[in-house]
Amino acid sequence: MFDFNFLMLTPEIAVAVLTLVLLAIGLLIPQGARKGMMPLTVFFLLGVLAFSVYDFFFGPQGVTLGGMYIHDQFAGFFKILFLSAAILVALSSGAYVQSFPTSRGDFYALLMGATLGMMLMSGAGDLLTLYVGLELMTITFYILVAYWLTEEKSAEAGVKYLILGAASSAVLLYGISLFYGMTGSLMLTDIRQAMFATPISPVTILASVFLLAGFGFKISLVPFHMWAADIYEGAPTPVTAFLAVASKAAAFAALIRVYVLTVGVQTFSPPSIGGHWTGQNLLLVLAALTMIVGNLIAIPQTNIKRMLAFSSVAQAGYLMVGIIPASPDGVKGVLFYAMIYVFGNMGAFAVATHIGQAQGSDEIKDFAGLARRSPVAAAVMTASLLSLAGIPPLAGFVGKFYLFSAVMSEGFTAIAYIGFVMSMVSVYYYLSVVKVMYLTEGEGLPLVPVKGASKFTMVFTMLITLALGLYPTPLAQMAIAAANSLVK
Amino acid sequence: MFKEMHDLFQWAWLIPFLPFLSFLLIALVTRRSKGLSAAVSILAILSALGLAIAIGVGVIQSWNGEEFVGREAVAAANWLNIGGLKIDFGTIVDPLSAMMLFVVTLVASMVQIYSLGYMHGDRGWSRYYAYQSLFAASMLGLVISTNLLQLFIFWELVGLCSYLLIGFWYFKVSAREAAKKAFITTRVGDFGLLLGILFLYNKFGTLDFAALSNAMNTNFQDFALIGGLSYLTVMAILVFIGPIGKSGQFPLHVWLPDAMEGPTPVSALIHAATMVVAGVYLVARIYFLFEHASPAALQFVAGLGAFTAIFAATIAIAQDDIKRILAYSTLSQLGYMMFALGVGSLTASMFHLMTHAFFKALMFLGAGSVIHALHEKQNIWDMGGLWKKMPITGWTFFIGVLAISGVPPFAGFWSKDEILAAALHNGHPVIYAVGLFTAFLTAFYMSRLFFVAFTGPSKPENHPHESPWTMTLPLIILGVLSVVGGLVALPEHNFAFYVHAGELEHEAMDWALAGISVVAGLIGIGLAYTIYVRKAIAAESIVAKFPGIYRLLKNKYYVDEFYLWLIHHIMDGLAKVLYWIDLYIVDGIINGLALFTRGSARTLRRTQTGQLQTYALVFFFAVVVIYLVFAIGEGQLAALNPLAMLGGVK
Repeated sequence: MFDFNFLMLTPEIAVAVLTLVLLAIGLLIPQGARKGMMPLTVFFLLGVLAFSVYDFFFGPQGVTLGGMYIHDQFAGFFKILFLSAAILVALSSGAYVQSFPTSRGDFYALLMGATLGMMLMSGAGDLLTLYVGLELMTITFYILVAYWLTEEKSAEAGVKYLILGAASSAVLLYGISLFYGMTGSLMLTDIRQAMFATPISPVTILASVFLLAGFGFKISLVPFHMWAADIYEGAPTPVTAFLAVASKAAAFAALIRVYVLTVGVQTFSPPSIGGHWTGQNLLLVLAALTMIVGNLIAIPQTNIKRMLAFSSVAQAGYLMVGIIPASPDGVKGVLFYAMIYVFGNMGAFAVATHIGQAQGSDEIKDFAGLARRSPVAAAVMTASLLSLAGIPPLAGFVGKFYLFSAVMSEGFTAIAYIGFVMSMVSVYYYLSVVKVMYLTEGEGLPLVPVKGASKFTMVFTMLITLALGLYPTPLAQMAIAAANSLVK
Repeated sequence: MFKEMHDLFQWAWLIPFLPFLSFLLIALVTRRSKGLSAAVSILAILSALGLAIAIGVGVIQSWNGEEFVGREAVAAANWLNIGGLKIDFGTIVDPLSAMMLFVVTLVASMVQIYSLGYMHGDRGWSRYYAYQSLFAASMLGLVISTNLLQLFIFWELVGLCSYLLIGFWYFKVSAREAAKKAFITTRVGDFGLLLGILFLYNKFGTLDFAALSNAMNTNFQDFALIGGLSYLTVMAILVFIGPIGKSGQFPLHVWLPDAMEGPTPVSALIHAATMVVAGVYLVARIYFLFEHASPAALQFVAGLGAFTAIFAATIAIAQDDIKRILAYSTLSQLGYMMFALGVGSLTASMFHLMTHAFFKALMFLGAGSVIHALHEKQNIWDMGGLWKKMPITGWTFFIGVLAISGVPPFAGFWSKDEILAAALHNGHPVIYAVGLFTAFLTAFYMSRLFFVAFTGPSKPENHPHESPWTMTLPLIILGVLSVVGGLVALPEHNFAFYVHAGELEHEAMDWALAGISVVAGLIGIGLAYTIYVRKAIAAESIVAKFPGIYRLLKNKYYVDEFYLWLIHHIMDGLAKVLYWIDLYIVDGIINGLALFTRGSARTLRRTQTGQLQTYALVFFFAVVVIYLVFAIGEGQLAALNPLAMLGGVK
């Protein structure tokens, strides 16, 4: 009766193998030859990505390992997202990683470990599998954040992330144990039924709030967001990018599957499907707070990574808006936005990585005159920021449109208005960067042309951002299919 | 054979796509190589022309003697699905669009080949061919659009390209001004069109031509909207405001004469194929709306068209600049096309659109050839005796003059006659009379241009020479088409069956009417001959007799001056008031908000202390607060009691 269909785990197994292979190679080959690890990683991941895309459309769907692991289009969509993000991070990080004085061969292995953790999170069918995936991701991130050990900021960020992350994991685990205590099971399906059967009690509320705090930490939901800026600023820029894009998406995947539709069905779901008003209003308030706080604190930032950190807090708020109605349309909006957010953010971080490496500074004022010093980088940065701000015809506009129209059609107009207003506020700090790049001279700053893999990454993300804005239908249809596979 | 040609319809999207591809190629790849840029562009448009001809043949072949088999071929791909709005990007192949595809690709190819000679040595060569390709692509995209939004996108692209090309020599102030004028004036019309599109969507929930037509045919109850006009009538008039701007109908005609600031081949393109006829085409494409509206809508179109026809013709009489005369003649002929639509003959209008494209492109390119030979002289009184020096230009221009004057058997004769016959037979005697008088005026001012510029003694300071073959070849091709292009109207060619809406509105040749209009045309030519060749009547004496009228015509009825006065006195005054409001009220509020936002941002920023202890404290504090809020909100006040909590675990 237990079904062990390992074929459904093909992408996960492939990534696990790659992790181990990279780890071994990194130890075996000499320092000079480690340059080849980036292309190896990228091409291997491209293969896995191609398989995952095929699998999304034509592969078998179902559960395996006795229900502990779910292989549906929802998980498939997120796997495509994580793999794309990993590829882009690897591509844009080549020169940067090489320049680390402590560069060892294990950077890419760690990257793959984190990716594997995320993939497990998106497909987890019980709370323990979910927790294992989450910790695999988080612990590799502890190392990655502190990877530039000689850099004081990087080490500090690593320690901060470790302590705060451990605290949040403890809270999460406590929540999981309470659920186990109440229902006697860790399987999502069992918990869902049990939650429907029992009336709301102080313990269910406590357990739900603990889980919310655990996931909220990962997605930097206000008020669990405090860590974000310091860690984003201190971590090596490619790691920051991966942290901002992929780990957040993974937490959202877990939040949607585990939380809104299963564990939190009694507490935080909309009343129409058995939830309670208080829980829903709380989520509304948190989403609004996240948008407001993220966007406002981003304004006075002078460091590009800190600015992008708060911008990503704000983006988490937009995504949260799509979760609240727990409707297929809302989930579709979240999926679509999460995917285009990968490309928008990766473009901006690729430029930040490049400038950080070429000029040794992450200050926004050092982007002065970038339009002249590196037109491609300036153009990509502009396109990415405008997409994040939601300006048509870029993909961010369509993404926000899907999110807010889904929530408005369920009758939540106030939160949508807050979203609109805060989007307008965000235009200010995004355009400030554009202004510095295009309107100031930047005398005395060097020419910093981009080339090779990082140029490819930049131009590619920009083209995708533009293409998905002009013709969003295919991705939207994928997102709908994924949402429907979840919300049956 | 028919089967194969019909299969070709699904490739219609290539027709706009090829020039668009050429635009991208030139802009991104070949822009540094002049030869390659021109080659790419011309190759693309000639391929599009070939495809357009093949599709035209396919459309004609699907005529089986009584009706069209597979008459319309619509292919569409879903572009956007937002809310209830479903927008396709598609292609429609029917006789109407097939004819337009042919005309547009033909004129565009001729213009591009001609430009090889005319633009020779220009610094902006590659830019020129990039714009030309984009212009053709936009117009062709407009023609095959399946819905109003798609059409509107291309409509705006056409406007943008005309702006770019009119202002092509951007270092000339007059070119910049003309480009802005064209863009802004047509935008005024676009506003009406956009309103119409939005209202139509609001009512019908679709913008697809077929679906709209279907919705109006089946159980749509029209209702009174404002001022005794029904809903559909108001919609028809709103939509028509777009063509008023684009197709230079009074009172938005002012941009077209100035548009000659662009290179002359561009004028040929704008006047014959790509810009101004877009408005006529739009009305033809959405003709079902006008048919379902009350008669007032079509009467409005007819009246405005007829007025524009005679209004522009009278101005043309008193102009001296060769391109300006041609520009006003275009306005006048566009008036013809519009009132043909207004009196209910779509066929005649489309027929005239086609023949006019041939001879107007011919004459503009001919004028370009003259200007080229005389080193940028444009005043006809500075010319003279050009016929002998430039025989090919002279002869082909002569053909153009005869065609526009309605002399049989040239192309203009057939189409103009069909329009006049339609006006009279459908009960519009006044419009017929206006049209007839305009025909007389047209023959007069075109002959005046021809006699002054081409015959008579040549000016000693001019040393004209015939243009290179790249310029004369298009003239010859267009010249031939201006001679034989009208013959498709003969009943055995069934032109009228291809292009019509609703009931077949074909006016058979009415030889009596044809005779009258030929006489009107000949009188015009004769009068011009008497005045400007025989000099039997001195032109000056006529001017001296009616100085007021002459000044009025010379200054184009002072429409431009009136607009300037409006802008200086009314708009500027209004602008001052609004500026004050903007400066002190709007800005005040905005700046206040900005200050508030910045202030709160600074305050919030202080929460980011960098202290790990603070962060952890906030985290745990938040968990507790959220729990308490939740528990109290759910009435689980017992949650405050830890013992009760433990009880809950049970």
